[in-house]
Amino acid sequence: MLSKKQARAFFLGGTLVTFLIFIGLTIFSLSKDVDQTNHENITEAVVRGKNLWDSNNCMGCHTILGEGGYYAPELTKVIDRRGKGYIKAVLMSPVAWEPNGRKMVAYGFSEEEALDIIEFFDWIDDIDLNGFDTVVSPLAKDNN
Amino acid sequence: MKYKSQKVAYWFFALSMLLFVLQLVYGFIMGFAHAGFDGLHDIIPFNTAKAVHLNLLVVWLLSGFMGAAYYIIPEEAQRELVSVKLAYVQLISLALVGVAAIIGFHFNIWEGRKFLEIPRGLDYLVVINVLLFLGIILTTLFKGKRRTTTALVLTMGLFFAALLYLPGMLPFDSQVTDSFFRWWVVHLWVEGVWELIMGGILSFLLIKLTGVDREVIEKWLYVIVGLTFLSGVLGTGHHYYYIGVNKIWLIVGGIFSALEPLAFLAMALFAVNMYRKGEKKHPNKLALYWTLGAAIVSFVGAGLLGFAHTLPQTNLYTHGTLVTAMHGHLAFWGAYAMIVLAIISYSLPNMTGRKLYDSSRGRMAFWFSNIGMIGMTVAFGVAGVVQVYLERKMKMEFMEVQKEIEVHFYVLILCATLFVTGIILYIIDFYKHGRPTDEAIDLTSTD
Repeated sequence: MLSKKQARAFFLGGTLVTFLIFIGLTIFSLSKDVDQTNHENITEAVVRGKNLWDSNNCMGCHTILGEGGYYAPELTKVIDRRGKGYIKAVLMSPVAWEPNGRKMVAYGFSEEEALDIIEFFDWIDDIDLNGFDTVVSPLAKDNN
Repeated sequence: MKYKSQKVAYWFFALSMLLFVLQLVYGFIMGFAHAGFDGLHDIIPFNTAKAVHLNLLVVWLLSGFMGAAYYIIPEEAQRELVSVKLAYVQLISLALVGVAAIIGFHFNIWEGRKFLEIPRGLDYLVVINVLLFLGIILTTLFKGKRRTTTALVLTMGLFFAALLYLPGMLPFDSQVTDSFFRWWVVHLWVEGVWELIMGGILSFLLIKLTGVDREVIEKWLYVIVGLTFLSGVLGTGHHYYYIGVNKIWLIVGGIFSALEPLAFLAMALFAVNMYRKGEKKHPNKLALYWTLGAAIVSFVGAGLLGFAHTLPQTNLYTHGTLVTAMHGHLAFWGAYAMIVLAIISYSLPNMTGRKLYDSSRGRMAFWFSNIGMIGMTVAFGVAGVVQVYLERKMKMEFMEVQKEIEVHFYVLILCATLFVTGIILYIIDFYKHGRPTDEAIDLTSTD
């Protein structure tokens, strides 16, 4: 029968081993040779776009890379679906954008800010998502 | 109650209840918005309601965990807390930081990172607050007469929860790495170290309620938390399938996520078996309801419903849909909300001296809230599955699909009303117990 000491060894040993493997896999999956995060293409405009994305909590309604609020559309591959002109108009709209009666906050971004956010979306679109991009975006180029 | 300083727990629990009610208010705002009624959009847009709903959940659960620690540690370590004054300072500062964050969310002051929306400046105050908390708990434990496994597991959970907050504060230019390390906090909290906290509280409650030998309960506690980490740490991989990192996570995440229900199953079996084995029939039936309920519902919500969409082949379609909300609601409710309500139900009569055991109001609170939450889970689940088929399979537009599933949010709101009725009854019970008193110290011969 299992003793308390053995049970403790199972807990401590198992935790240590799995955590070390986890750290190892983290280093591996972010290492240069297998990196698929599209990190090399991050520009200053992309970073500004991400900061606007974060500071306005866009993820509170939308999803991106499948993560977010489930209240507004997934924005991975949004440029393929809608085109840059449409997105720019939504971002710069001084009144709440209201497709099908569901309102978006009227952020009224400047043209420069809107372009930065579009750059961010553009960068997102070139990440290798292990196939998720084709599922999530019915009009994505890869899917047609 | 054996030590006067345990009374501090009452005020942490009271803060928990207050924030819990507020969380539910914002939940309704979101439910109505999904159903097509977003009349509050100009004052409280959806992203504000969402940030408030999620962060209030985190803060009220943390306040509950801290209250649990302030109640359990003196009894386990067999000494008073080292400083009651500092514990109150910590309580007030926790409330202030929480309220400041919530107010900020209404004025576009946040970080758009799900579950970690608290702005960076306040993050530092959270760290100071948690360090103060850990200081009080660790010093009490260190100076105590004994160090039990229950106390160690609980404290370890709280310590690592604090440590794991730090990766969430790292700044990243890439959305991918930002998300990657955000899960170090969120996943390793809820499917890792928070389960240590849950296990510690569960173990304490089972020892008190069933009378089964501490050695037996604590041995199985080690096995369960061992299984939790064995599956949960590498199970983090299920968040990495489709966010832009290597395919290796599809294999690792898939295998270890599939093992995660085992830890919850073990916890449910453990709790039920200890109850059956126990010869002591503690009169606090409500505490027993919540304790066994937490173990069983967490298995269904976190274990089974998590497994329902954790395999990469399924998750490819369900990732980023309401299916996640289905799992999230029952998992948080079963694993964490119910265990906090369990320790409150157990400790409240001991702190106040009012033995309101097994009241019909208390039983209604349990059943209404649980049936309501199960109904909500089903509503989310149906909406989520319909969304997956229409949007991901039939390739319909997002908003067209949202129109189709609005009806499920009417059902959700109805079930949420039942759930809230249960919670209100619970809070009435809480209030009826009155305030904690030193006179309660000798009235606890049965605990």
